[in-house]
Amino acid sequence: AYRTDESQPWVLPVVKKVEQMIANDNSLNHEYLPILGLPEFRANASRIALGDDSPAIKENRIGSVQSLGGTGALRIGAEFLRRWYNGNNNTATPVYISTPSWENHNSVFVDAGFKDIRTYHYWDAAKRGLDLQGLLDDMEKAPEFSIFILHACAHNPTGTDPTPDQWKQIAAVMKRRFLFPFFDSAYQGFASGSLDKDAWAVRYFVSEGFELFCAQSFSKNFGLYNERVGNLTVVGKDADNVQRVLSQMEKIVRTTWSNPPSQGARIVATTLASPQLFAEWKDNVKTMADRVLLMRSELRSRLESLGTPGTWNHITEQIGMFSFTGLNPKQVEYMIKEKHIYLMASGRINMCGLTTKNLDYVAKSIHEAVTK
Amino acid sequence: SSWWSHVEMGPPDPILGVTEAFKRDTNSKKMNLGVGAYRDDNGKPYVLNCVRKAEAMIASKKMDKEYLPIGGLADFTRASAELALGENSEAFKNGRYVTVQGISGTGSLRIGANFLQRFFKSSRDVYLPKPSWGNHTPIFRDAGLQLQAYRYYDPKTCSLDFSGAMEDISKIPEKSIILLHACAHNPTGVDPRQEQWKELAATVKKRNLMVYFDMAYQGFASGDINRDAWAVRHFIEQGINVLLAQSYAKNMGLYGERVGAFTVICHDAEEAKRVESQLKILVRPMYSNPPMNGARIASAILNTPDLRKEWLVEVKSMADRIISMRTQLVSNLKKEGSSHNWQHITDQIGMFCFTGLKPEQVERLIKEFSIYMTKDGRISVAGVTSGNVGYLAHAIHQVTK
Repeated sequence: AYRTDESQPWVLPVVKKVEQMIANDNSLNHEYLPILGLPEFRANASRIALGDDSPAIKENRIGSVQSLGGTGALRIGAEFLRRWYNGNNNTATPVYISTPSWENHNSVFVDAGFKDIRTYHYWDAAKRGLDLQGLLDDMEKAPEFSIFILHACAHNPTGTDPTPDQWKQIAAVMKRRFLFPFFDSAYQGFASGSLDKDAWAVRYFVSEGFELFCAQSFSKNFGLYNERVGNLTVVGKDADNVQRVLSQMEKIVRTTWSNPPSQGARIVATTLASPQLFAEWKDNVKTMADRVLLMRSELRSRLESLGTPGTWNHITEQIGMFSFTGLNPKQVEYMIKEKHIYLMASGRINMCGLTTKNLDYVAKSIHEAVTK
Repeated sequence: SSWWSHVEMGPPDPILGVTEAFKRDTNSKKMNLGVGAYRDDNGKPYVLNCVRKAEAMIASKKMDKEYLPIGGLADFTRASAELALGENSEAFKNGRYVTVQGISGTGSLRIGANFLQRFFKSSRDVYLPKPSWGNHTPIFRDAGLQLQAYRYYDPKTCSLDFSGAMEDISKIPEKSIILLHACAHNPTGVDPRQEQWKELAATVKKRNLMVYFDMAYQGFASGDINRDAWAVRHFIEQGINVLLAQSYAKNMGLYGERVGAFTVICHDAEEAKRVESQLKILVRPMYSNPPMNGARIASAILNTPDLRKEWLVEVKSMADRIISMRTQLVSNLKKEGSSHNWQHITDQIGMFCFTGLKPEQVERLIKEFSIYMTKDGRISVAGVTSGNVGYLAHAIHQVTK
């Protein structure tokens, strides 16, 4: 979760404003939302991912399912794919998840009933970057119709994303081999500070004619973590196909949570539908993204000034909340035991934990861990 | 071509279809009796005063929006367990239970269904009363269990077929799962009396069945939260370690906030801890952690003495209005000159009433009078007001005389 420079959680100013608006609106009540969610939320949420000028939206071949956070969107998508993709109830369809990935990806697809979960190469520890060749090789070797979970931006946990050119190569292989793209978009706007830039990969795939799913989370970019605001965007060949898909997703939703919670969706819908509030929100998002970017550049420059052995450009080249520092388990242990700086055994740090007050201490500690 | 060419169009939801048709109807006298949500005497949704107060209280505290634990808001889950079990409950006091926050009734039922599928190896069979809430069957089926039934409703008397239920239940294979509606049975409104519950508990215990209670109307059925939880508490006192799904959609009017809880009564606190750890493992890949807003409201109400008192009064007044509509409907039917026995309308309890109307009669009510209900003749008494009860009685008389 995001933290301010004072290490505090941050409720976005635009969220506070909209919540007040909602509280003052006596015409609102707590009635059930439709099964698929608040219509204004669904349409606006998908529009954010796909872009105002998306051909898919113009051609009316998109659908949306309001979900309980990004996790909920992934789960509904996974349950649907298990029932209806590549045959009927084909639990043998391989599902590919990057190595490493968010740990919960695996459980989502296992619990949805898939029996063959595989990994695809992603992180190259030696060069501390994307193992593109390994990734492409895995896609070439994957059985046709396999499902691939792709991180739309700010890959969790490595912070390493393919470049646009690399995404083009990935898309070309996936198209040729009939692989299904399931995007996980948990950080749109939060990664680079630009909504459009962070959605580039998803939109590129759409422009290449793919049918795809995109699980969106508004936990981070709206700071609405505990309201559980997410959206599953479905892009299909035409309206008729999408309509049938949604009707079946409705049945899945009905036995999972019946209908989604209204508070968070109202906040997001109200914000996205108003040009002024939308501008305020983008500003709030940029505030968060900029602070993280600042911490990245400050940490890197300190390490380089200290002359800490190794190269540290990956800290500013990586994107999003997390950074794979490259620290090994022993160095991580030193950080935790001797310096009381908590990070994952993988060397992953949460950049949001850095502040102007602790940058020096963290940099020095990394330096010690590496040099001792 | 599309990946989805072979995907069939899902059938429309039977209850939503009613509301859709109602919306399209231009008759000024139209009535929507399909809605499973409380309406005030003006036919409007009702936001409880205690809810508004709780919301104001919460807003003034300016809390953050950090993730809840996977099991939910602790103040809420503890209070929810206490509400169901009673503060004097031995199980509650000894901590031999685990309660996790669920996505209202559906989500709570589903957690339990998934838990049974994964850990209850003795049986795959869930026995539902005939009839039951329409969504029970697909919930358990999607969780990977099989559905069976026991007799419950007697259409000849529009009341409980107790001997049929007892006969069926005493023949259920040992260690099967049985689902019971704690109060205000949906869709029939027919509940066992306390003496009947005692016999059911004894039989269920003898058959060593896994008991799963669905309690979506505590407080809303009789107006008294303790009375409505009597069956659940009795079973636990008899040493039956039940599963329980609770919903706060109706009794707190928190429908769209999705507030619910799933409870497992365990052997001891240590077992409860182990069960809790497994429930979390089930929840995490479904939605990670539950929504805060409604749970905060419910927690504030349950844990703040003044708000709790006010809530109990408001719940009773909702239940009382329903009861009075039942009474008025029966007296209006008499006034219309109906010779049928409509006693079941006042004998039944909760939001719904199984009128006993046949599909053809329901069809006429919809087509000729713009009165909308589900084909099984179930009406939501919550949709009846003092302003339209006369019209409803008149219409029912026309199609049944």
